[in-house]
Amino acid sequence: MIKSLALTTVWSTDQERDKKFFVEKLGFEERTDMDMGGMRWITVSPREQPDVQLALMRPDGPGMDPDSAKALVTLVTKGVLGAGAFRTDDCHAEYAELRAKGVEFIHEPQERPYGIEAIFRDPSGNWYSLTQEREHDELDMSKPWSGDCVTEDKPQG
Amino acid sequence: MTTPGLAQLRALRQAKDAMDRDWADPALDLDAVAAYAGYSRFHFVRAFKAAYGETPGQYLSRRRIERAEELLRSANLSVTEICGLVGFSSLGTFSARFKAETGVSPSEYRTKHVRNGAALIPGCYAMLWTGGFRPRTEAAGATPKRPAERPAKSAILEKRTEPPGA
Repeated sequence: MIKSLALTTVWSTDQERDKKFFVEKLGFEERTDMDMGGMRWITVSPREQPDVQLALMRPDGPGMDPDSAKALVTLVTKGVLGAGAFRTDDCHAEYAELRAKGVEFIHEPQERPYGIEAIFRDPSGNWYSLTQEREHDELDMSKPWSGDCVTEDKPQG
Repeated sequence: MTTPGLAQLRALRQAKDAMDRDWADPALDLDAVAAYAGYSRFHFVRAFKAAYGETPGQYLSRRRIERAEELLRSANLSVTEICGLVGFSSLGTFSARFKAETGVSPSEYRTKHVRNGAALIPGCYAMLWTGGFRPRTEAAGATPKRPAERPAKSAILEKRTEPPGA
């Protein structure tokens, strides 16, 4: 049985810069930073979730051929890859704080059925959602998010 | 890490993000966006198209249409109001662009999506699927024509009218 998520990869085009970004700007905790000989193994965790680590991986490490590494670096740098979603208790406040620190946002906080969401980038170009979820994972069905969002069958007009 | 063109790609990404962020800002014209990327206007248009498959003007126009789609699905506003909100000054141009992108007119779109659960999908993923991060290749039931590139002299952002009651 798989118990839980332990670690996930974030592709980084500059490990030192991105480690600083996660630790100094996002307030993550540095968990590991070791030289493995030919690669640097760096992981960071959100403060309240030490059992989940993000590994800041260079795309051109061992196990990645030059063509693949170049393609991956291009995709990350172009900004077309998302690397996950983070929870916050107060999206507007966190947005203001991170923006003041110079974090690049693509979207300011927006009302969504599942909560309030903003989207930002890390220095490599990966994008992340910053979401303040609604209580008890409930969807806000009070607004016509996509017109008449009903579950019962109705004949299509 | 040294990959040729990485710095330029990063600059292009930041220019594109600037459009996503400030699409409603009348001061953000093609020169301003190109300045983000440190390019002359001419080279910026070419480099942007090489990286993202469409010109900055086309990208911006498409993003506004996506914005309009969301408003049509979720907001209790008239097509004319939405046209103004997303920055088109002419209803005719807006309707034509909208149909070119989606294959249907704005009012047809609203009728069609009235029971679609699209908004239950996280916005960032919806954005991905609607082509927020890449050129769209097809729309439902239609192969949209890409809007023609605007003349280089015109700003990529038309003046936006204030939302009603804002």
